[in-house]
Amino acid sequence: MTLSASARWALRAVMAAGLVFIYVPLLLVLVNSFNGDRTFAWPPRDLTTRWWSAAWENEGARQALLTSVQAGLAATAIALVLGTMIAFAVQRFEFFGRDTVSLLVVLPIALPGIVTGIALDSAWRSVMGDLGIGKGLFSVVVGHATFCVVTVYNNVLARLRRTGVNLEEASADLGASGFQTFRYVTFPLIRSALLAGGLLAFALSFDEIIVTTFTAGPGVTTLPIWIFNNLFRPNQAPIVNVVAAVLIVLSVVPVWLAQRIAGPSSGVLRGSTDA
Amino acid sequence: MRSGRIVMAALAAGVLTLAGCGDGGSSGSTGSGPGGLSVPKIDKLASLGAGEGTVNVVSWAGYVEDGSTDKAVDWVTGFESETGCQVNNKIAGTSDEMVALMKTGEYDVVSASGDASLRLIYGGDVAPVNTDLISNYKDVFEGLKNQRWNSVDGASYGVPHGRGANLLMYRTDQVQPAPTSWSAVFDPASPFKGKITAYDSPIYIADAALYLMKTKPDLKITNPYALDDTQFQAAVDLLKQQNELIGEYWSDYTKEVQAFKAGNSVLGTTWQVIVNLTKADGAPVEAILPSEGATGWSDTWMISAKAAHPNCAYLWMNHIISPKANAGVAEWFGEAPSNKLSCAQTADKNHCATFHAEDEEYFEQVWYWTTPLAQCLDGRTDVTCKDYSAWTQAWTTIKG
Amino acid sequence: MTSLGSYLHRHPRLRLAGLLSAPLLWLVVAYLGALAVLLVSAFWTVNGFTGEVVREFSLANFRTILTEEVYRNVSLRSLGVAVSVTVICAVIAIPMAFYMAKVSKYKNALVIAILTPLWASYLVKAYAWRILLANGGPMDSIFGGPGYGIGATILVLSYLWLPYMILPIYAGLERLPDSLLEASADLGARAGRTFRSVVLPVLIPSVLAGSIFTFSLSLGDYITVQIVGGKTQLIGNVVYANIGAANNLPFAAAIACVPVLIMVIYLVAVRRSGALEEL
Repeated sequence: MTLSASARWALRAVMAAGLVFIYVPLLLVLVNSFNGDRTFAWPPRDLTTRWWSAAWENEGARQALLTSVQAGLAATAIALVLGTMIAFAVQRFEFFGRDTVSLLVVLPIALPGIVTGIALDSAWRSVMGDLGIGKGLFSVVVGHATFCVVTVYNNVLARLRRTGVNLEEASADLGASGFQTFRYVTFPLIRSALLAGGLLAFALSFDEIIVTTFTAGPGVTTLPIWIFNNLFRPNQAPIVNVVAAVLIVLSVVPVWLAQRIAGPSSGVLRGSTDA
Repeated sequence: MRSGRIVMAALAAGVLTLAGCGDGGSSGSTGSGPGGLSVPKIDKLASLGAGEGTVNVVSWAGYVEDGSTDKAVDWVTGFESETGCQVNNKIAGTSDEMVALMKTGEYDVVSASGDASLRLIYGGDVAPVNTDLISNYKDVFEGLKNQRWNSVDGASYGVPHGRGANLLMYRTDQVQPAPTSWSAVFDPASPFKGKITAYDSPIYIADAALYLMKTKPDLKITNPYALDDTQFQAAVDLLKQQNELIGEYWSDYTKEVQAFKAGNSVLGTTWQVIVNLTKADGAPVEAILPSEGATGWSDTWMISAKAAHPNCAYLWMNHIISPKANAGVAEWFGEAPSNKLSCAQTADKNHCATFHAEDEEYFEQVWYWTTPLAQCLDGRTDVTCKDYSAWTQAWTTIKG
Repeated sequence: MTSLGSYLHRHPRLRLAGLLSAPLLWLVVAYLGALAVLLVSAFWTVNGFTGEVVREFSLANFRTILTEEVYRNVSLRSLGVAVSVTVICAVIAIPMAFYMAKVSKYKNALVIAILTPLWASYLVKAYAWRILLANGGPMDSIFGGPGYGIGATILVLSYLWLPYMILPIYAGLERLPDSLLEASADLGARAGRTFRSVVLPVLIPSVLAGSIFTFSLSLGDYITVQIVGGKTQLIGNVVYANIGAANNLPFAAAIACVPVLIMVIYLVAVRRSGALEEL
């Protein structure tokens, strides 16, 4: 679009201001991870690296990170399967209620987390509790998978809309079995959509706290829960800053990976439209 | 699970019939609770068996440390290797959350404060404790044993863990002269409007009631946890008026330490541990036990009525009040230990003095958190008191 | 395997059933079922004394919510916060997303720059704002405010959810071919006209998609407001106080009906625009 030079400058200024707005608090987190004061007095009186060494030795944080990764991977796996199935059903079939499916899939993420959390919690207790299955990591996975389905669904659906069925029909005409068609034709077509949707599902699960609070069983501490428990204790709060600083740095890896795989065009929940 | 519930229901029905026959708490067959209320009958463990390999714990942050936050702070690993009981800990943020967690039946033991313990006892969620099976129980301060919030009818429902008072903290550079009374936080003309803080929980209503108990004798409040309609309304009105003065309510202590250091708050309720931390970070604060006395807390380790691992739970309760572990928790968390022998085990030799652990006179001025019940805790039978759910809903209206 | 495959190929209904049964079992039975149970329990009460749920139909909870002024105030305040956050996010996000999609040469780097903060814990970011907003803190010394309170809550929530608004708008604009914009200009449309006729039809569903996030995340939040909200309470706090705290599930469920109702109305309203698939 041909924009006047002043319009370009104005947009550039807004972008720069926006980035400052986004990054100043993160910078503060980084600075505070070296702040000698236990409750982040501002400005810092002295700088120290002892929080970093304490964090390095903090087994609780490492354990929580591991739990979060496990929960994220399991929830993502379920979301991949369920999301892909719904996307195929919606794109390839006509059926009663098809138009409400997108609403149904979006609902778990659109309703406030506290509602999803207490609904799953009370249902789990009254149904699974009677079966003798207490809450644990599994219930966290179930909760996360429920609101992660939408990321995979939207990605795969967008891809299927664009690709159509010609290739699959050609494959079938050439005598391929249904499985072969899926393995050699359909799957490669949707692979990058699956990766993008999966990464976003993982990211959503990774920083989720409210639903997790209500679905975690005894002894299950995900990283956000660990942060929640430790942020409110002055001896531990600086270590939380270290963990957050590390996460910010590490997060570049999956984000960069998503970009490489999914192409430049990413919605929040729809990682790609053009691969 | 199902059959357990039926038994409970039958018991409760039986108890109700008994209570109906009684004349208000004088005879042995009625409940001895306030207003003739009865406790569901649950047997205590008769003898210790072998550990079950696991114990699920609900606790306050800092009560169960296994070295994962700080290598030097660990009173769990030794217990695990000694008894073979693997400890799974769930941290609760508030007393109310503890009650909710214990109601799930997934946990064996809980470190309940007095504003949770009675709810757990009368709700049939916890079982009486056979103190004979807990060898360290004999060394617990007498002032903590068999109290209103941890026992019924002489039957102990837990082992006391530690205690503390809700003090009045102020910035010495801004609040002059130093306050001596809770009136400092209730005075509508306070010069510190917008910089006063209060504890964010329905139980804070008791602080207002305590103040009214001393300043408005007409209301005839004798126990800040037993409030009839008029008394309750007076306390709620006082707090609504105080809401105008409040800058923020606090519930976690990083938040309060930070607010006092920055000067967002200059006056308000606090715990001793917060005072120590704020001072250590160089802020000019002091705390006092005001002339009216104060509310406070005393925590009790209780065992679930549905405990799946009762033997490990008993081993845990004995371990956590042993002098070494008890001293460790008291120092890490910042409270007065419950075991007499703990004071010799603290790393900081002044710990017990700072926290008034052996000062019974100090703790006599403290009204420990107790769950408000419909049956008045002060023994009145002619009126109904406001129960905790009424307190909770009132707290929402106070905050507006 | 092959015969099963061809059998299925000849029976599309069976294939459909196979595809839909597991996801629907999950979403309808498990999720909607759980929600339904929650809504039903809003008509129950709790025995204030033992905390046991009394499963008898009663409108007492709804009566309390409708008659007590405080619940109306809290609901309206929460709605106001959610709307403000959504508007602020949209106002900041539209020019940023436009710059990223249509002006900048460094699209990928900028997308990464917007995505990265999503991985830093939400709690840690909220606490960082608490420091920024403290008395004598950076915001106070530079701008002289706003201090803790409802303004700070709106500010911090806008900060937290901004990326969720930028990304769908960016994705929408990115899909809009530059050639279309040029064609519009070539045909003599001024920038204003091009914006209205070409950009806006793409922008609206994208902004609505982003608003689903900013709106619902703000409506349900109870943690940020505790950290920077001063003495403010929102509907999430009231729900939390009654469930996480007082264990009064029926009353919490009754209050939870308010945000659920608001969100469902909102979703149904924006569904026609195609926003749900822009997420």
